[in-house]
Amino acid sequence: MKNSLKEIATGFNSLLTGMRITLGQFFKPSVTVQYPHESLKMPERFRGHIELVRDPETGKALCFACKLCERACPSDCITVDGAKLDGAKKKSVTHYMLDFTKCSLCGSCVEACRDGAIRYSHEYNLASTNKEDYIMDLFKRLETERIEAGGVAQAAPSANPVVGQGTPPAGSPGVPPGAAPAADAPGKTCAAEPPKAEQPSAPNSQPSAAPK
Amino acid sequence: MTSISNGISALWPEPLRLVLFVVGIMSFVGLNAAYLVWVERKGAARFQRRPGPTEVGWAGLLQPIADAAKLMSKQLIVPAGVDRTLFRVAPLLMMSPVLMSLAVIPFGEHLAARNINVGLLMIFAFGSINVMAIMLGGWSSRNKYAIISAARVVSQNVAYEIPMLLVVITMIMVTGTMNLNEIVVQQAGAFWHWNIFRVWINPLMPVTFLIFYTCMLAETNRAPFDMAEAESELVAGAYTEYSGMGFGVFFMAEYSNILLGCALATVLFLGGWQSPFGILSGAFWFLVKMYFLIFSVVWIRWTFPRTQFYGLLNLSWKILIPVSLFTLILTSAMLKLFR
Amino acid sequence: MIAKEQLKTEISADGAPRETFVINLGPQHPATHGVLRVKMTMDGEYIVRAEPVCGYIHRMQEKMGENRTYAQFLPNTSRIDYLSAMTYTHGFVGAVERAAKLQVPPRAEYIRVITSEMNRISSHLVWWGAFLLDLGGFTPLLYAFDDREKILDLLEGITGSRLTYSYFRIGGVYNDIDDTFIQGTRAFVAQMRPRLKMYRSLVTDNIILRKRLVEIGPISKEMCRKYGATGPVIRGSGVPYDVRRVEPYSAYSEFDFVIPVLDAGDSMARYLVRMEEMVQSLRIIEQALDKLPGGPVMAEKIPRVLKLPAGDYCYAVEAARGRFAVRIVSDNKEIPYRVKLRTPSLSNLSLFEEASEGMLLPDALALMGSLDLVIPDIDR
Repeated sequence: MKNSLKEIATGFNSLLTGMRITLGQFFKPSVTVQYPHESLKMPERFRGHIELVRDPETGKALCFACKLCERACPSDCITVDGAKLDGAKKKSVTHYMLDFTKCSLCGSCVEACRDGAIRYSHEYNLASTNKEDYIMDLFKRLETERIEAGGVAQAAPSANPVVGQGTPPAGSPGVPPGAAPAADAPGKTCAAEPPKAEQPSAPNSQPSAAPK
Repeated sequence: MTSISNGISALWPEPLRLVLFVVGIMSFVGLNAAYLVWVERKGAARFQRRPGPTEVGWAGLLQPIADAAKLMSKQLIVPAGVDRTLFRVAPLLMMSPVLMSLAVIPFGEHLAARNINVGLLMIFAFGSINVMAIMLGGWSSRNKYAIISAARVVSQNVAYEIPMLLVVITMIMVTGTMNLNEIVVQQAGAFWHWNIFRVWINPLMPVTFLIFYTCMLAETNRAPFDMAEAESELVAGAYTEYSGMGFGVFFMAEYSNILLGCALATVLFLGGWQSPFGILSGAFWFLVKMYFLIFSVVWIRWTFPRTQFYGLLNLSWKILIPVSLFTLILTSAMLKLFR
Repeated sequence: MIAKEQLKTEISADGAPRETFVINLGPQHPATHGVLRVKMTMDGEYIVRAEPVCGYIHRMQEKMGENRTYAQFLPNTSRIDYLSAMTYTHGFVGAVERAAKLQVPPRAEYIRVITSEMNRISSHLVWWGAFLLDLGGFTPLLYAFDDREKILDLLEGITGSRLTYSYFRIGGVYNDIDDTFIQGTRAFVAQMRPRLKMYRSLVTDNIILRKRLVEIGPISKEMCRKYGATGPVIRGSGVPYDVRRVEPYSAYSEFDFVIPVLDAGDSMARYLVRMEEMVQSLRIIEQALDKLPGGPVMAEKIPRVLKLPAGDYCYAVEAARGRFAVRIVSDNKEIPYRVKLRTPSLSNLSLFEEASEGMLLPDALALMGSLDLVIPDIDR
């Protein structure tokens, strides 16, 4: 009898302690970041989808299509092609497609690249209603960026407009990020190049069982 | 407020006054059932360090309207093979006793729709109907989860009716009347005159209040006694097959039951519309106390996990009933010895 | 509970013939177990037989192991049990390093220990929140996730990812930790200890929780051994088996920490073992940060194209759920011949059928929550 009374007393006490703790939490501020109105800054090493790096002097892509990234990818999402331009010693990249629907953001490609020609972007606002937006033509994006930057070799590759500065996501949700400045850029990427969008399927139809 | 209602009863004939009060009660219940949802969601959010509804209206105040519009726009699905009458009647049976019981609660000195001499008895007579309503809802749904839940609810509610009635009998002995307005008038004066502090008649009065409160939580199927709708086990329990406004009515009825339970606790224990300072009594104090109790109901829900249903029944049969019997005997002994 | 002998009869306790019905728990759960279906044959509220049916999220990880090179398979390891992703990657790279006889630099070993223990804490926080959600307490989930956000932000600062890290590499870790991480981790450890105390008074000491967990779901030592259960399940039943002590790996032998073992075997014992493990993980992290050596974080001379010599290699780690072991069979090619993943949740689940006979439904759910199952871990 005495034990059960003691048990009831400690039990009741534990309930009151619990209620006191929750009441304490009631008066503390909310920890939520209200996403569309506020956003967070991504850390330096954040793994977004990859993008080509520009050489600050020549303004062209550092990539010379050695295809190490294509071989390292476990999901076969990268397709690279290059050609030797006149008078150059090494190849230059002419075609770089990333099939982001298959990418698992593992980072093997960035790790495999010996020359630092690709790096992670900080894009995370990638919602779209259009599958073609995810077949990313990275070379085209780099060229578009270069032309918009006045064709002059800009040193800072921070032309990426949406690096989490606390601004709401650009315009309409269907706009593929990275092409945000030009409103008709999505039209250019999708409508003008339907053949390009189908191209990845051809090289990818290699048997993906064994790595190349 | 008092003078207005005095004036109303002086000038207007009785049927008109009744209609006014009935409309008042129904709108009070309707508004509360809707906005208690807002209180619950915002309260839950604040306890969990997050904002809660903020988008619809300022601080989410229009959220219940959006929810009501959503529920009303949904199709009322009546599954094949259910007992059609009972299926449709169950939500109504759950909502109506509350509305009727609120007719006797004194919101202010002259603000009870009907000041009956057996008001307390009427409330408890109607209160047992909602058990039947959930059971009908669960049974007529022809769904395994609903039937299990209905069985649990019946055993839970029956088990908790008993200590609740014992406690109420104790209070009737203490106050000597079943007329709710009389009970409030007896508690006039500053807050130490409230029934909860009347320890010279019933030394275990705060314990009695706690037993009443616990039974109220169990009767309304609120956490930690919400076995009926234990989501992680039984999907939505007795309400699984209800969609749209059928579910909406059950939902509203649950909040209205909480409202009624807290109103009754305020009247019986916390002095009803009496002010804690002895002056300026009125409906304002009634509402303050009632909403404080409702806030504590929300607070308890978001703090504690759920008991198992046999733990719940053990609590009632093995702890609450003996203690309430003991207080009853103690009160009657004290009354006999000291009157 | 009703006695198991009684369940086998055709007559239930009140003399009437036993009428059972079958109820399905899942595959879509309101609680966050994952896609597991449990076919329960019930007699009223008592479970006559609970048959788990898994396979709804079978992703053929082991088959993928036969078609990817060692470096390409690494991201897969994070996704087997996404809550303990670091430790699972550790198991895989440990197996490959053992086979290729690679020497991992000590700084990398310490970083691996620190990040694995942080991963363990975040996994236990998810378990704690989800378990309480199952039991009807909605608020602790949010508190646990608030703490977990801090861990995830710290790990995102060094690895770039929040859940599926792919941070360890064959021969070390991908990149070095920086001062922000070290200071942030120390601050996290400092604020986590009072939080754990708060959880104790809010939840662990709560009478309602004690009534739900004490003496519920007893699992004996023999049952654990029979089904091969590991992790907090077996440590809550009195057997002091922890891979970090029994088969020490990485830098664990250099730290001073206690393996919590309780004898009761009920759900409360498993609960308390996990809460204490979080405290011990904080101790390990502090010691590792204090003793962190300098140096490189990647081994030198790792062949670009890695071929393991032919043979059979195994490596086991103590993940948050139990013993995770990787067995690689190689025939001297770039791609393994076979990658076998021994996951703890499958063994832990298999004792559910026997342990839940005759239990009431809410108690069986408390038991299942205390086993800490992650369904992709069962199905791989």
